[in-house]
Amino acid sequence: MSEQLKVKTMEAFLAEGKQPEILFWVGSAGSYDDRAKKISRAFVRLLNKAEVDFAVLGPEESSTGDVAKRAGNEFLFQMQAMMNIELLNGYEIKRIVTCDPHSFNTIKNEYPSLGGTYEVLHHTQYLKELIDAGRLSLTGNEYKGKRVTFHDPCYLGRANNVYEAPRNVLAKTNANLVEMKRNKQTALCCGAGGAQMFKEPEKGDMDINVLRTKDALETNPDIIATGCPYCNTMMTDGIKAHEKEDSVTVLDVAELLANSL
Amino acid sequence: MQYIPNFLFALALGFGVWFFYNNVRKLIRNIKLGKEADVSGDRSERWSNMARIALGQSKMVVRPIAGFLHIIVYVGFIIINIEVLEIILDGLLGTHRLFAFLGGTYDFLIASFEILAFLVIVSVVIFWLRRNVIRLQRFLKPEMKGWPKQDGNLILYIELVLMFLFLTMNGADYQLQQMGAEHYAQAGSFPISQFLAPVFQGLSESTLIIIERGAWWLHILGILFFLNYLYYSKHLHILLAFPNTFYGRVKPQGQFNNLASVTNEVKLMMDPNADPFAADAGTEDAGEPEKFGASDVTDLNWVQLMNAYTCTECGRCTSECPANQTGKKLSPRKIMMDTRDRLEEVGKNMDANKGTFVPDGKQLLDDYITREELWACTTCNACVQACPVSIDPLSIIVEMRRYLVMEQSAAPTELNNMMSNIENNGAPWPYNQMDRLNWVNE
Repeated sequence: MSEQLKVKTMEAFLAEGKQPEILFWVGSAGSYDDRAKKISRAFVRLLNKAEVDFAVLGPEESSTGDVAKRAGNEFLFQMQAMMNIELLNGYEIKRIVTCDPHSFNTIKNEYPSLGGTYEVLHHTQYLKELIDAGRLSLTGNEYKGKRVTFHDPCYLGRANNVYEAPRNVLAKTNANLVEMKRNKQTALCCGAGGAQMFKEPEKGDMDINVLRTKDALETNPDIIATGCPYCNTMMTDGIKAHEKEDSVTVLDVAELLANSL
Repeated sequence: MQYIPNFLFALALGFGVWFFYNNVRKLIRNIKLGKEADVSGDRSERWSNMARIALGQSKMVVRPIAGFLHIIVYVGFIIINIEVLEIILDGLLGTHRLFAFLGGTYDFLIASFEILAFLVIVSVVIFWLRRNVIRLQRFLKPEMKGWPKQDGNLILYIELVLMFLFLTMNGADYQLQQMGAEHYAQAGSFPISQFLAPVFQGLSESTLIIIERGAWWLHILGILFFLNYLYYSKHLHILLAFPNTFYGRVKPQGQFNNLASVTNEVKLMMDPNADPFAADAGTEDAGEPEKFGASDVTDLNWVQLMNAYTCTECGRCTSECPANQTGKKLSPRKIMMDTRDRLEEVGKNMDANKGTFVPDGKQLLDDYITREELWACTTCNACVQACPVSIDPLSIIVEMRRYLVMEQSAAPTELNNMMSNIENNGAPWPYNQMDRLNWVNE
C-alpha cells in the first residue's frame, strides 16, 4: 500500500496538550499479523476520510491479556490488564474503538472491576456512528449487488449482543446481504476462540473453521465478511480447505467500507 | 374402622413428603458445598429472567417442536396439580370430589385436566419416539449410555402411567355417576375419559368401585413416588429451573469473572511499596493460600453446583457446541453430568462418614472430566446461549483450565509459548513491542 496514513500516538497528543476523540486499540493481531494489519490500515483510511482525531498507543500498547485469560492464566491476564489500565488512565482515555472483538469484550467487561472504565466500541459500531452523523459517506459501488454474508464473531455477538451494527454498515455498500442458516445468536464459532488460535485442535473428525466455512459457502457468497481478525484467518483457511479461494474472498467489514469510499 | 383409608393415606403422604424433605435437605447441603458466588446485580432483572425463561419457557421454543411439546407437558403438570390438591384433601378428609360444589367451574376444571392429560399422553409418546425410534442425535451421545438413557425413558413411562391412571379413575367415576352409585354424585365433565365407557361395559358397581379406588390410590402413590424419584434423576429441573434462572447470568456472556485472589497478588507484585504482610493479615486468616481454579466440585461455586443438579440432559448445549460438532470429546452436557455425579459421590461419602468428607483419592479433574475435553473449548458461549434453564457449562471449563494453568502449569506447550510471548513482549507472537506501529507504513 502506498497511501500515506495519518496515525498519531497518544504520546504525541500529550505533547501537544490535546485529547483525541477516540483511542484506536489496534490489538496484537492488528499490529503484527500480516492479514490483520490490512484491516487496521483499512480502518484508519476510514478514520482519516472522516477526519477523526484519533490516537493509538503504538509501542506502549500491550496485549489485553484476553487470550491468556481464556486459556486459564488469570495471573497473566490481570498483569496485562493492570499495566494497560495504568497507561490508559494516565492518558485519561475515555473512548476506545477496536477492530478486535476479543479486545472489545475484555476491555469493556473485564477491565472495569480492575480499575479501568471506558466507553468501548467495536469498529463496526463506531463506523455506524460516523455514517449516521454524516461524517463518513460511501459513494463507491465496488460491491453493488455482490452477495455478502456476515459471520458473527462470538465475542461480538453472543458475548455482547452486537448483531445489527456490522449488518447495518455493510448494507451501506449496497451489497446483497445474505444470511447463513446459523446466524446471530446461533452462529457457529470459527474455531479460534478460547486460545484455540494458538494451538492445534484436539482430535476430531473435522476442523471447526471448515465446518463454519461450509455454512458460509451454502449461501453462495462472493464475499464472506468478518469483524474479527481471528475469524478472518479461520475463514480464509476454511475457504482454502474447500478450494474456493478463487471465487470467494474473506474481508473485514472495515475493508469492504474502505473499498467503497 | 371407617377411618383406616384416611389413616393410610395420611401415612403415605407423610412418608412421601418426609422422604422428599430429606432429599431436599441433602440437595441443599450438597449445593452449599460450593464456594460463594457473585449473585449481585439487579434483582428485578433476575425476577424477570425467571418469569421469562422458566415460567414463560422462552428458550424452549427456540426449537419449536420440542418446545411446543414441552409446554404441553409443563402446563399439564402445573394445571393437573390443582387436581392433586383435591385428591390430597379427599384422601385426608375421606371425602369424594371435595371441590364439586364449584359446579360449572368444577366441570370446566375437570374437563381441562382431562384434555391436558390427553395432550400430555400424546406429547410423551412423541418424546419417546424421538428418543427411541427417530433416535435424535443429541440423545445418543456417549454420555447418554446406561442410566441417563434409562432415566429419560423412565420419566416418560411414569408420566404416561400417571396420566392413564388419572383418566381411568375419572372414567370409572363417570360410569359410577351414571349408575347413581352411592358416594358418586354427579360432578365434573369428562370429555376424554367418557370414551373409556366401552372398557367398563357390563362391569358391576363393586368392580367399578374397585377400579376407581385402585386408580385413585395408584395415581396419588405414583405422584408421591415421582416426587421422590426427582432427586435421583435428571428431572430435578422441574423445581430447580426456577432458582437456576433467577441466579443465572445477568452480565454479558463474554464477561468472565476476575479472580479476586489473583488481583490481590498482582497488586502486590506491581506496587513496590506494598507491605505483603499487612495485606496477608487482612485477607488470609487461615494461613493456607487460596487454590486457584477448580480441580474438584468443592472448588466450584454454589451456582455452578446448582447448575449441575438443574441439568435435565436435553443436550441442546452439546448439539450447538462447535467442538462436539466436529467430533471432539468435549460435550458441555457431560461437563454438567460429571459435575453432578462427582458432587453426588462427595455427598454420599459425607453421608457414610457422619457428615464429613473423607478423601477418596478422586476428583472432578481427570477422574471425570479429562484435559482433552477442557482444552477443546473455544469459549464461544454457544452452550450457554442454548441452555433453556440458564446453565453455564463454560464457567466450569474455564475454572478447571485455571487450575491446570495456575496450579499445575499444565497448559498445552503451544499455549505456554503463547503466554511466555505475552510475558516477554506483550503479544502472543514473538515480535518486538517496539514494532507495534510498523503496520502504518507497510
